[in-house]
Parts: sequence; C-alpha cells; structure tokens
Amino acid sequence: MRHLRLVKDETSFDFFKHWKLWLGISGVMLMLAMVSFGVRGLNYGIDFMGGTTIRTESAQPVDVGAYRQAIDALGIGDSTISEVFDPSFGPEQNVAMVRIQAQDDEEAVTPETIAAVEAALQQVAPDIRFVSVESVGPKVSGELIQTAFLAVALAIGAVLVYIWLRFEWQFAAGAVLALVHDVLLTIGVFSEVGIRFDLSIIAALLTIVGYSLNDTVVVFDRVRENLIKYKKRPLKEVLNISINETLSRTIMTSLTTLLALFALFALGGDVIRGFVFAMIWGVFVGTYSSIFVASALLLWLGVKRDWSKPDAEAEANGKSKSKGPSAGASV
Amino acid sequence: MLQIDTWKRVLIWALVVAGLVLAAPNLFYSRVESHNDAVKAIEKSGSTAELEAQAGQWPEWLPSDLVNLGLDLRGGAHLLAEVRVADVYQSRMEALWPDVRDALRGARDEVGTIRLQSSEPGTLRVRISKPDGMARALELVRALAQPVVSLTGAGATDLEVSGEGSDIVVQLSEAERQATDERTMRQSLEIIRRRIDEVGTREPTIQRQGSDRILIQVPGIGSATELKDIIGTTAQLTFQPVVSRTTNPNENAGSGNEVLPSLDEDGVYYVLEQAPVVTGEELVDSQPSFDQNGRPAVTFRFNPSGARKFGDYTAENIGSPFAIVLDDEVISAPVIQSHIAGGSGIITGNFSVEESTNLAVLLRAGALPAGLDFLEERTIGPELGQDSIDAGKLATGVAFAAVLIFMALTYGLFGLFANVALILNIGLIMGILSAIGATLTLPGIAGIVLTVGMAVDANVLIFERIREELKSARGPARAIELGYERALSAIIDANLTTIITAVILYVIGSGPVRGFAITLGLGIVTSVFTAIWVTRLLIVIWFERRRPRTLEI
Repeated sequence: MRHLRLVKDETSFDFFKHWKLWLGISGVMLMLAMVSFGVRGLNYGIDFMGGTTIRTESAQPVDVGAYRQAIDALGIGDSTISEVFDPSFGPEQNVAMVRIQAQDDEEAVTPETIAAVEAALQQVAPDIRFVSVESVGPKVSGELIQTAFLAVALAIGAVLVYIWLRFEWQFAAGAVLALVHDVLLTIGVFSEVGIRFDLSIIAALLTIVGYSLNDTVVVFDRVRENLIKYKKRPLKEVLNISINETLSRTIMTSLTTLLALFALFALGGDVIRGFVFAMIWGVFVGTYSSIFVASALLLWLGVKRDWSKPDAEAEANGKSKSKGPSAGASV
Repeated sequence: MLQIDTWKRVLIWALVVAGLVLAAPNLFYSRVESHNDAVKAIEKSGSTAELEAQAGQWPEWLPSDLVNLGLDLRGGAHLLAEVRVADVYQSRMEALWPDVRDALRGARDEVGTIRLQSSEPGTLRVRISKPDGMARALELVRALAQPVVSLTGAGATDLEVSGEGSDIVVQLSEAERQATDERTMRQSLEIIRRRIDEVGTREPTIQRQGSDRILIQVPGIGSATELKDIIGTTAQLTFQPVVSRTTNPNENAGSGNEVLPSLDEDGVYYVLEQAPVVTGEELVDSQPSFDQNGRPAVTFRFNPSGARKFGDYTAENIGSPFAIVLDDEVISAPVIQSHIAGGSGIITGNFSVEESTNLAVLLRAGALPAGLDFLEERTIGPELGQDSIDAGKLATGVAFAAVLIFMALTYGLFGLFANVALILNIGLIMGILSAIGATLTLPGIAGIVLTVGMAVDANVLIFERIREELKSARGPARAIELGYERALSAIIDANLTTIITAVILYVIGSGPVRGFAITLGLGIVTSVFTAIWVTRLLIVIWFERRRPRTLEI
C-alpha cells in the first residue's frame, strides 16, 4: 500500500531567504493587534467584568427587540441581548443570551434583579426557559482577571527558565518571544472579531502557549542536534536543514490537531466555540511562529557553535551521536 | 537489538489492563450510578428488595468509581460565598460584656460606675466615671484575657485592652483574630456540608478557597437560589427575655438591650435583653411538625445543659414573655404559661410546610457562625448539560475517527499501532479520572480532544524519525530502535513544557480552567506512555513474528 505523504521525503525549502521580511511582517501584525486591542478592547465576559448572563430557550423565535423593551423597562442599566445560532439546535430551540452589566457598588449579586428580568422575559415569551443563569460579582471578577494574567505570565516565565536550562539563552529568548507573539496576536484577533473573552479563553491561551512551544521545542531540538553534527556550516543552513527535516512532522501534527479541533468547532456546540476558535487560531499561529519567529530570532541572535566541551549534556549528546554508525550519513 | 524485557512487557500490559478496568464503569454510566446510589442508601438506612435489585445491576467485584460530571455537563448550581468573618468578633465582644461588667463591679470604689458605650463593630467600649482608676480597670479587664489557642499565635492573649480618656476599649488581638477566622471557616464549611447532606444530593463539592471563601457546587439542584435557601441563612436561634413591645424601630433600648423586628407582624418591634437565655447551639434535635391547630410548626429538643437553663428560666419567669429569635427577627414571643421541664418545645409562626421543613434542617445542622456574601452564582439547567454532553460525545467521536483514519493512511501498519495506542490512551485517561474522582467539564472534554490530536505527535515524531533512519541505518530493526531513541529527547522536551503549563493552569485556575488542566495534564502523561511504550511493544511483537526485511512506513 502506498502511504499518504503530505510532505516529500526530502525537502529543501529556504525558509530564511527573507527572514527579515517575515520578522517585519510579524512585527507589523503585532502592532495591528495592539492597536485593535487599544481601540476596540476585548469583549470581556462576566468572568472578568462582573454581571449576569441568562441563557434563554423558547419554542418561539427570539424577538430581540421585544426582549430589549421588556428589560429596558426595568431600568437596571446596560444590558445586551443576542440570539445564538448553532447547527446542533433543534427546530423548537431558539436560544438567546441576555447579559446584564454589573450593578455599581454591589459586592454580591442581587437575585431580585435576576428575578425581575426573568419575569419580564416571561411576559414576552410565556414558554421561555432559563437554561443557565450565571452571576459574578465585581469583586471576584477583578481578581479573576488578575490571576488570569498572572497564569499566562507565569507559564511563559516557567517556559523561559526550562528552555534556558535545556538549551541556551538565545533559544529561550527566541521561544519566549514567539510565545508572546502568539498570545498577543490571539488577543488581537479576539478584540478584532469581538468574541467573548472569558476564563475558558485563558485556558485556550495557555494551551496555545503549550502547543506553540511544543512545535518550537521540536525544531530547536533538531537544531541542537544538527549544530553538533554540522559544526562548520553556517547557522542559516543548519536552521534550514533542521526545519526541513522536521517539516513532515510539523505538518502531520498540526493537521491531526486541527482535524480534532475542527470537529469540536463544528459539532461541539456553541458553549465552547470561542474556546475552540482560539485553539485553532493558536495552531496556525504557533506553527508559523516556531519557524518564522522563534527560528528567525535564533538566526538573528546567533548561537554558541561549540557544543562539545563545556556543556556536559551536549557532550553526552555528542557521544551518543558518534556511537551511531550512521551519524552524518543521512545528508 | 530490538527487544523488551519480559517484566517490562508484563508491566505495560498490566498498566493498560488496570486503566481499562478502571475506565469500564463509565461505559455503563447510568447503571453504575444507580448501583452506587443504592449501595449508599443501603449503608445509610438498611436494605430493601428494590435497593438490592438496583445494587445488583453492577457486580460488586468490579470497580464502581465513575468520572464525576461537572456542573456544565450535569446541570446544577454553583456558589462562591465569602464568609463575613468579622461578624464573629462582634458576637465575641457582646458575650464579653457581662464578664467585663462583673469584673469592674467588684472594684466599684476605684473605677466608679460603669456604662456600656456604643462603638464600632468588633470593639467593646466601656466608660468609667472615675478616670483616675483607669489603671486598675485596665488591669482587671486584661485579667479576663485568655491565651490564644493556635499554632502561630502561641504566647499571645486573645484580648487587646486600651484606655482612651475615660473609656476602656476592648477588641480581639491580631493573633486571636486569625485563630478565630480559622475556626469560623472550619465551622462554616462543616455546617454547610451538613446542611447540604441533609438535603441528600449526589456528589456536592464544598471547598475552601483562599482565606475566607467557600466554593459550593451541587449537581442536580434546580437553581442557585434554591441552594442559597438551604445554606444562605445563618440560622442563629436564640431565646431572649422580652423587655417590652413597641412600634418604634428607633426606640432607645438601653444598654445591654436591642430592638428587633417581628417576623410576621409589620411595624411591631421587641426590646430584648441582648444576652440570650439559651441558644441554638444547645439544640440536639429539631423536626418539622404541626401545632394543635394543624398549622406547620417546628419542634426542638435541648441537650441537658440547655434544658436545665431553659427549665430554670421558665420556672422563674412564669407570666412574662420571652422571644424566639431567628437571625435577628422575632419569630414569636409567647408568654411563659408554666415551668417547661424536659427541654423540648415547639416553635409556631406563619410557616408553610416547606419553610418549617427547611427551618428544622437548619436548626438540626446548627447555626453558621457568621453571615455569607455571595460573590458568584451560577445555575446550569440539566437540558443545557445534556446538550453539551451530546455535542461533546459527537465531536470527540468524529475527531477521533478523523485522526484514526488519517494516521492509518499516512503510516499504514504503524499507523494502526499508533491508533491502538490512541484508543488505549483515551481509556487510560477515563480510568485515571474515575480513580482519582476528578470532575469532567466541557473544557475538560476539549482537553481530551486536544490530547487526541497531540498524543499522535509523539508517534509522529517517532515514525518520522524511523523513516529518516531507514535511509541510513543497517536494517529495519536498527532503524526502529534509533527512531525511538532519537525522538525521545524532542518528545520529552515538548511534553514537559506542556505539563508545565498544565500544572500552572491547575494551580492558578479554578472551575472550568482546572477541569481542562486536569485532562490536559493526565492526557500528556498517558499519551507519552502509550505512544512510547505501548506502540513500541506492539511493534516489537509484530517484528518478532514477521522479521520483515524492509519497512513500509
């Protein structure tokens, strides 16, 4: 049987022909992401802003205008109403999300407000059901946003230390800048598209960090190996060889992960769609950044070329390579 | 050459089998669940034929631990409550006043007359008419202090006493506050747990968070409001002597007294002595019941010391009213008709049957030492949960099938080996989740789907490496060996970094994030195991039988 080959056995793309251009493009994208974040801001969910969301379900079609009228009549401040569509809904399933801003100075959540809103909506659609009601007080939401940023920062910091220990500082710098690049671009996309940004998106962000890193580390691992193998070749060539050698694996893994994620995106329901969207975006941007940001930065920063002497671990590596009968023969 | 020791083979198979056996109950979720419920019911209240039949649905010797479904999948209510720990300081100060009064009275010649002043919550302010005697007064009050009972506060005393002009100001010391907070939290947790257990729901989560918060998650309950009705009231029950009845809420009660509203009658207030005769802490039992007119009521019974106090008080005060006070509202204020011995009684009021049942539950479980503020409330309806489960199942199934087909197409036989490992991997994740009693949430399912995608990564790394080594190595056996050996460093680096993020997510995150971190972290561990050891074992077994000269990969 002929197996499927996504990437030819031997590739020799020159990934670094325009590496400065790619770094430049990444830089511009980062700027755009930050501008979008600054201008539009994130569409924070109640986890971070406080407030209440009510998910309603009714056999009648959702009449956003009527809902709005009913709720505005209560005079409880800002509220947003949006209809939710999903292919998995049945014909009798008309879903809307009602979001009520946190009331000022209320540490705790007022059940009276929620009850009033529910009663008002019941007037509009008698068969309405409230399938989920969630309230977060402003005190907690402030803390949640702090811990969320702390989590992302800590994760990136821990990675920095790990790669520094396992490789060299240039690798750590390249990997971490690539991570920051991925996280910032994701935030930019969220602010541009206006998808609700809640706690689960933070989980997605951290997974992107994990995934992108996974990709970067696999490439770097090969770079380290090849730096020992091809002591005399210029760094640019070594990087190119390494990325070409791991290209088949990079594509395979991205594809399998994407297959799984697209299934979840299409069929997993609307509750986690934002979350899955973030991860899909993360796979693309993570794969891109491990080549065009992390490795390009490595090229820019330069690396220590002599891995055999001072570093004990590199030495062990070098020995195991020379033991193998095939070292260097696969070129 | 390519070989694996027998003990390693046995170990690998044993781990796989153990994981699958642990995962097995989840395939028969509802059956095992009703078995578990029946077993619990039999333990609690004896066996019936029906329960035995339910329990018999699942064999005893098989593991019966299930993956807990999170609120977002099962529906239920979630509350984050903050305990007002400072409440306790105030009641401590109130309880201290009689002691301070008695101590100072003994030295009336030196300190003069003493009067309780109003003060900010958590402090006791007492004015003496002879400021010259302040030193003596402080000495007397300080003598009331007790050593703090805690590890960190050893050596400190519980009261901080200072003089301000002619006032003595008493408050709890810092060490005592900490010790008190700790006790308050532990009591609150315990009482909330008891109240929820009384209602008898399945698998509630009651956890302390941070210094003064409690997270409560109860699956299957209708709404957060319902849950709050059960745990939200402090249920401080006291029996206090009545001084007078009034319609003026701002009535000057006099020191040591307080004005409390009536529960049923609007505009009626009672002036009561602050120090209670007996409190709910001395209750041993309480049941919903009906009074002689057939209206819902609640009976109660005191422990011996409570019964004696209650008996003595009623004997001495026949003809005068006393108030039954629940959470600062007077439920009723009957006139004592006769000496009530035996320490049991009945509370009547305008209760509905449901209210009387709830009140009995609250009284039985004991009072919360302090009030609760609810910072976060979430209700998830069971339909939404079911929809999410269905969507999650479908998505996982499709994702899984797509990855399996893709792997088989790309790597042929080796792809099939990887697929077997992948299926075992899911089994192992479910097995471990069940065994440690973890909770599966919607993001958790996403975590599993993500591991499906990423679990393949280790195998892809290995297989790609084998392809590379095939070009140069001497024969297929050597290529396989080198493939595993040389891919290892990349696999370990890649997975360790992901584990780091999973651990950070777990430590910092809460709720959905944590559920995701658990499945992601576990998934990485099991996927490395299945991808490295299980596939290797499968390949070695295949290799030993076939001895192929070339590899199709």
